[in-house]
Amino acid sequence: MKSFLMRSLMMLVLFSTHFVYAAPNLEINTPAINALKHSMQTRHNQLAPHYNSGAVGLTNNGMVAVRDAKAVPLKDRQGINGLVAAENADRSKLYKEIAVANSHPEWEAGIRDSFAGRWIDKAQSGWYFQSASGWTKK
Amino acid sequence: MKRNAVVLLLVGLLAACVTINIYFPAAAAQEVADEIINEVWQIKEDEAAKKPEEKEPGSKDTESKGSAETDTAESK
Repeated sequence: MKSFLMRSLMMLVLFSTHFVYAAPNLEINTPAINALKHSMQTRHNQLAPHYNSGAVGLTNNGMVAVRDAKAVPLKDRQGINGLVAAENADRSKLYKEIAVANSHPEWEAGIRDSFAGRWIDKAQSGWYFQSASGWTKK
Repeated sequence: MKRNAVVLLLVGLLAACVTINIYFPAAAAQEVADEIINEVWQIKEDEAAKKPEEKEPGSKDTESKGSAETDTAESK
């Protein structure tokens, strides 16, 4: 009986380390993720005026979309589509890279959802985001 | 008999570990999202901490405070 208890105890101690390792803490310090962050940070200077004017809004799936092209000066209208496409490509890659960096590619959708909520929470007032009732001004 | 019990314990614990690993760490994902968004949008930490307080007027949270209190308590 004693040895059984000892063995059970040992087993518990052994596995409790697993529990510690499994404690949620996501790895984001990889070259790919850092490069994406940097690229998005640089692009934000170009996107910010469009968030402010309402031309571009935050979608409910963690992306950005052209909301009102008329809010963009005619000469910039061509460029805005490319800007939005590039931003969305980076965002998709970012969600995927975080999932992959943590050895759980299937987490991509969950990560995307988490980001979607946080982008909107952190958006400046005056920016548009997609809510259940459509585009909403924050 | 003892052996069986140990094997059972082992299998049980192993299953528990696997379950935990598969679980999506939502809280950690939020933290990571905050960290990255703060960097991309150049939001300072103290500013970011202030933000959630100034919720937009007319958001569900503020409206449902009085009447739907029992509802939210139940759903928790």
